[in-house]
Amino acid sequence: MPVMNIKKFSFTYAGAEIPSLHNISLPIQKNKITALIGPSGCGKSTLLRSMNRIHDLYPGNKYDGKIELLDLETEKFKNILEIKKENEFIELRQKVGMIFQKPTPFPMSIFDNVAYGLKIAGIKNKTELADRVEASLKGSALWKEVHDRLGKSAMGLSGGQQQRLCIARAVAVKPEVLLFDEPTSALDPISTGAIEELIVELKKDVSIAIVTHNMQQASRISDFTAFMYLGDLIEYDKTENIFLNPKEKKTEDYITGRFG
Amino acid sequence: MEKLFQKISFSSATLVLILLLGIFTTLFISAKPAIAEFGLEFITDKRWNQEVSLPQTKTPAQVATPAQNLEDDDAIADEDDMILDEDDEDDSMTKTVFGGLVPIVGTLLSTLIALVFAMPIAMGIAVFLAEIASKNISKYVGIAIELLAAIPSIIFGMWGLYYFAPIISDTFGGYQVSLLTAGLVLGVMILPFMAAVTRDSMNTTPDVLKESAYALGATKFEVVKDVIFPFSKVGIIGSIILALGRALGETMAVAFLIGAVYSLPETITDPTISIPVAMAVNFGEASGLGESSLFYLGLILFILSFAVISFAKFYFLKRTKV
Repeated sequence: MPVMNIKKFSFTYAGAEIPSLHNISLPIQKNKITALIGPSGCGKSTLLRSMNRIHDLYPGNKYDGKIELLDLETEKFKNILEIKKENEFIELRQKVGMIFQKPTPFPMSIFDNVAYGLKIAGIKNKTELADRVEASLKGSALWKEVHDRLGKSAMGLSGGQQQRLCIARAVAVKPEVLLFDEPTSALDPISTGAIEELIVELKKDVSIAIVTHNMQQASRISDFTAFMYLGDLIEYDKTENIFLNPKEKKTEDYITGRFG
Repeated sequence: MEKLFQKISFSSATLVLILLLGIFTTLFISAKPAIAEFGLEFITDKRWNQEVSLPQTKTPAQVATPAQNLEDDDAIADEDDMILDEDDEDDSMTKTVFGGLVPIVGTLLSTLIALVFAMPIAMGIAVFLAEIASKNISKYVGIAIELLAAIPSIIFGMWGLYYFAPIISDTFGGYQVSLLTAGLVLGVMILPFMAAVTRDSMNTTPDVLKESAYALGATKFEVVKDVIFPFSKVGIIGSIILALGRALGETMAVAFLIGAVYSLPETITDPTISIPVAMAVNFGEASGLGESSLFYLGLILFILSFAVISFAKFYFLKRTKV
């Protein structure tokens, strides 16, 4: 069952004449991991950043088509491209969280980092905050390492820990979908392994879309894979089919490393 | 080549220290007679260039400046007319007292007014330019602000005296030239610098950090408050400290506006004097102990700026480490 439906979606950056994404249709399945792969400049990050409309921080971009998000309460799809008001944006971004390429801890304590999304969502009760921070840190496999220094600055953590902190921060607000934009490209192999395990663990509660440069990563963790090339969606299928039995020649060439 | 380069950069760095020490020493030596005469009471004494009759004994330093010479001094320096002369008895044994309280208070108060006035406005401008305005508007307003910073202080002084001062006295009452007028114009002068530096340090906040706050559902205000301000805190405090330094030492504009009167202000709209103004106005006619007292004032200003800036640096920059 899809939680997001991208339908005939095109995207043009401000000032550009040619769209960066053309006519993309793709579902994001509920409680599954969908990987977006493709060579640099293929538009996979652009697509991901459309899914919580973070593009809208910079004016002038143009959307076409539909991106529908399932409203879990009413079980109806709502087109997020129609959003115009700030409070709707806030609601959307609370439902669709995002993790970036580099860890982005805020200049505050570890506790405050994780509690931040909850605080701005209006939760003031201290015990509730503490409980949810602890739960997210445990869920992000970080609790053991930081439970005795929650009041210390988050800047003192290692890169891998910072990235898990960012995941905990995103998880704390209980999103429906989490978007990962190459979350391990700045990390060493051990931290990468920890993050991958965590992502797989997270899909129990949340649906995940992940952009990755690393094909092994996509094959290791994802359930579905979309291969994109020059702004087009070339092929979308179950991950095993994409990697073992691709239908398109381009996909096969990319998977086998003939270009990329 | 490598060694030469190291030596050049090392000696450039040393030069700063030598200059600092040299200026301090010169000020101290020139101020020494006044320090010997008045001691630390200089700071709390509000009399300036006032003759008082000597009780019985006199200090040897007194001999160096004949009484007549001082009376001449008094006639020229018209600021002193505001002070009630206390030469009551026909005693030939008089000495002239110099005290620094009025200029010190004037300097601190005018700087304080300037900061209180300029800081919120500068922050507002910076947030607008860095976060809210579109790129084009931000560019042109930014240029305008940098131009404002380039206006020589004398022009601010004249504008303040002829245009701004009447408005102030109409609005708040009191004198046209006053502590308030001087402080506000001083605030206008440090405003562009503060705004420009604050904007620059806000612009160093990585986009991805702002994006991750937005991605959690933060509003623009929350992003500014919780991410951009903490991130650029060091730069913002730096801009305030540098502006503070400028406000403390500003002479020309303040000389036009503060009134140059040796009396403690009772209200904010009273005229008074600041240290740099006292020095600029009196140096021409000063000699002997008077001159030395001006150096003493200079020394105090030097230490004051130094203390304020190092305190601010030490205190605030230490606290920025969460």
